[in-house]
Amino acid sequence: MYDLIVTLIPMFPLLAVLANGLNVMLGHRYSHEIAHRLAWGSVLLSFLCSIWVLGQTLGHPDPRTVIVYRWFFGADLTVNFGFLIDPLTCIMLMVVTGVGFLIHVYSVGYMHGEEGFTRFFAYMNLFMVSMLLLVMGNNYVVLFIGWEGVGLCSYLLIGYYYDRVSAAKAATKAFVVNRIGDAGFLMAIFLIFANFGTLDYTDVFAQAGKLDPTMATAIAVCLLIGAVGKSAQLPLYTWLPDAMEGPTPVSALIHAATMVTAGVYMVVRNHAIYDLTPDALMLVGVIGGTTALFAATIGLVQTDIKRVLAYSTVSQLGFMFLACGVGAYAAAIFHLVTHAFFKALLFLSAGSVIHALSGEQDIRKMGALWSKIPKTHGVFLIGTAAIAGFPFLSGWWSKDEILGHAFTHGHYVLWALGATAAFCTAFYMSRLLYVTFYGESRVDHEAAHHIHESPNVMIVPLMVLALLSVVGGLIGVIPGGLENGWFQQFLQPVVRSTGAGGEAAHEEGHLLAYILMGVTTLIGAAGWFTAHYFYKLKPEQPDLLMNRMKGAYTLLLNKYWVDEAYDKAFVEPGKAVGRSFDKMDQAGIDRAVVAVEQVTDLSAAGSTWVEKHVIYSGLNRIGYSNHLAARVLRRLQTGLVHHYAAILVAGLVVLVNLIVLFLWLGGAS
Amino acid sequence: MVQIFFAYFALVSIAAGILTVSLRNPVHCGIALLVLLGHVAGLFVLLHAEFVAVVQIIIYAGAILILYLFVLMLLNLKTEERYFHRRHAWYITGVGALTVELLMVLLASRFGGAKGPSTVEAVEQIGNSMAIGILMFSDYLLPFEIVGIFLLGAIVGAIVLAKTPSPADLSGKDR
Amino acid sequence: MVPVSAYVLVSAILFVTGLAGVLIRRNFIIVMMSVEIMLNAANINLVAFAHHLDSLGGQIMALFVIAIAAGEAAVGLAIIIVVFRGKLATNVDQINLLKW
Repeated sequence: MYDLIVTLIPMFPLLAVLANGLNVMLGHRYSHEIAHRLAWGSVLLSFLCSIWVLGQTLGHPDPRTVIVYRWFFGADLTVNFGFLIDPLTCIMLMVVTGVGFLIHVYSVGYMHGEEGFTRFFAYMNLFMVSMLLLVMGNNYVVLFIGWEGVGLCSYLLIGYYYDRVSAAKAATKAFVVNRIGDAGFLMAIFLIFANFGTLDYTDVFAQAGKLDPTMATAIAVCLLIGAVGKSAQLPLYTWLPDAMEGPTPVSALIHAATMVTAGVYMVVRNHAIYDLTPDALMLVGVIGGTTALFAATIGLVQTDIKRVLAYSTVSQLGFMFLACGVGAYAAAIFHLVTHAFFKALLFLSAGSVIHALSGEQDIRKMGALWSKIPKTHGVFLIGTAAIAGFPFLSGWWSKDEILGHAFTHGHYVLWALGATAAFCTAFYMSRLLYVTFYGESRVDHEAAHHIHESPNVMIVPLMVLALLSVVGGLIGVIPGGLENGWFQQFLQPVVRSTGAGGEAAHEEGHLLAYILMGVTTLIGAAGWFTAHYFYKLKPEQPDLLMNRMKGAYTLLLNKYWVDEAYDKAFVEPGKAVGRSFDKMDQAGIDRAVVAVEQVTDLSAAGSTWVEKHVIYSGLNRIGYSNHLAARVLRRLQTGLVHHYAAILVAGLVVLVNLIVLFLWLGGAS
Repeated sequence: MVQIFFAYFALVSIAAGILTVSLRNPVHCGIALLVLLGHVAGLFVLLHAEFVAVVQIIIYAGAILILYLFVLMLLNLKTEERYFHRRHAWYITGVGALTVELLMVLLASRFGGAKGPSTVEAVEQIGNSMAIGILMFSDYLLPFEIVGIFLLGAIVGAIVLAKTPSPADLSGKDR
Repeated sequence: MVPVSAYVLVSAILFVTGLAGVLIRRNFIIVMMSVEIMLNAANINLVAFAHHLDSLGGQIMALFVIAIAAGEAAVGLAIIIVVFRGKLATNVDQINLLKW
């Protein structure tokens, strides 16, 4: 029963994919109504199954393995297609299926009337299948299948509006940058196999202690490369902002709540290896911290509502990596969960705003919307508060836990990076809120007429997410108090540390924790107040500041010109190589083709000549010689019998002579 | 003694043969043929084949030759100026001489063959006719009968071919 | 005692004579007579060997040859009569309907 339910979790969306996919290919046999019901219905069923599995796991948190079938095997290696269910998996399942379900429902309203409606849901369900495989897999191969699958779906969904060149380019960019990370990930898998001889999690982690530190560092770094690619950290983050070309639900699901968190999940899953290498962990933390700050600074000045949220996602993912880097794996997952809630909420409400304004995404053309789309405003406000760290909301708990853990374990630099990033986060999110919803209306005249609140099918999921954003953090504190809530206790068996980053610091005292909590809150408040100052109290200040700090402003606005640098360093040379190959091709092949053409011509002419003068004339001569011979031999037929008799006699004479000469004389006398 | 007779019969036969093929007048040719037939019969007698000799005289000389002479006179062909193919004559004669030459070489070799039972003495005891008769009607009965049928066919054919065609035949209409 | 080779020689000479006659003469009937000469030559050969080998088979064969010659002469002459009755030709040179 258990095995069946577990297997069904990815099965439901898979069936929906097949149905909707076939529907599209066979020419839309059933209506959009049925298509979307299949889509979110399957995710709902998966969610219910995940709840059941969670219930089962609450009873006994030991990891349970479900083998679906023995996939491939050889002398040294057996790879099963199997699932591993432990507390970490359960958490991820709930996030993926739960938030995924809400986003699916929202999409029914958002994508209403689109021509590729069924295709969209087919891709979304395919993404669900891949993500579920990723989090449920019990070995690196299944993980990798899911890993690649979500990358593929990301490509398909970013490029959903395939007739837009910018969308197609963004999709390709996402896939290629992901691929770079995947190369590192594959290296890690090879190293793991070389060292452990198996690819199953349980076996690998059990033997993890036998690794020598250098090998452990190598594996950890390679895994990190994969995580950096998938979770858009420095230096492989450039694809995420461009990925906003896709529809907003895609941004919410894939680029906020689930796919990008796969990197964090992977690091947490492999903590047994990371715990062996403090150097690699430090690298993780550093990457996380710098990314958090770097992306936050870019987000300060962006003008596209989705871009701001994209950089915010990169930044928050940096927080999660930071948490992993200081050994606070449970905190990282906690932040992953809360981030899923409020980031999905923010993206979806941004989508609601865009929908209300008939497609406008530039915040410079928004303003004074709070009265016109009150519900959207309400949920956006809640989301902003959550991410900025408003006390007692979900984001406050999780962010504080990360920063607290960093500080108490002596990683002061990382703490400083994180704190600064938190300040920036609060600032730019508040800025976004103010510019979009308050102030004077800068909306286009045309769009202003059509401003309307989104339909309920979009609003209700937003409300649910808003509720989760408010109360979701409480699972981290109830019932055990700060950093010891149900959540952390649930995850304890999984993230049991074996080396660095132990839980010893917890005993240090709650006073320090409360002080840090206060500091974090102050930082958040400061960020909000700065935004309030610039955008509400003194609205003319931003422009003045911009003029005074022209250089810095341009640097930030142009995203530190990282994309341009990558372009010059990698893309252009690559294209140049391609072009030179093309030229070589053309020169070589063209010449070859022309040469072949000439040879063919020559041989054709030669053949023709031979045919005419040798073959035909030969044949003619043979025929003619027949003629000549016939003309000569014809004269034998005189019609006169005595001539025939003469010939008879001549033949007889010859025969007799022959017989006499050769048979008789040769034998007898 | 026998050699003298043999020489006589042989030489005359050959002479008669040459005359038959070279005389101008067909009737003269027929007479020469008659002489040939008679002397061949003589050769047969020398070979102790009396029955065959007699049959030769009766049938060959007495019937076939007569038939030839009848037809000659019936048709009354004109003897023409050029009565033989001059060109062929030389070629054929030359080749024929060559063949005869070869045969003479052959004749120097021993003639093999199994000896039969009918020695001259045995045959003379019962007489040639009886000996032939015994053999003919026992071992060679089938060929004998077949020859009979053949002769029947020849008669019928000759009559059908040579009879005066009725007016219907000449005009070609169906009867 | 006359050796059998003498008889064979006589037979050969007569045969070639007859053959020459068949090929040279233009008169049909003389041609047929020449055929008779050839048959006689064969007869001499047969009977000579019958005597040499003490077998009567040769003589019986000679009888058959004479019979056959008779039949053949009859039919041949009948054909000649038919050919010449219609005055189709007077000599062999003119019977050439089989000419190409």
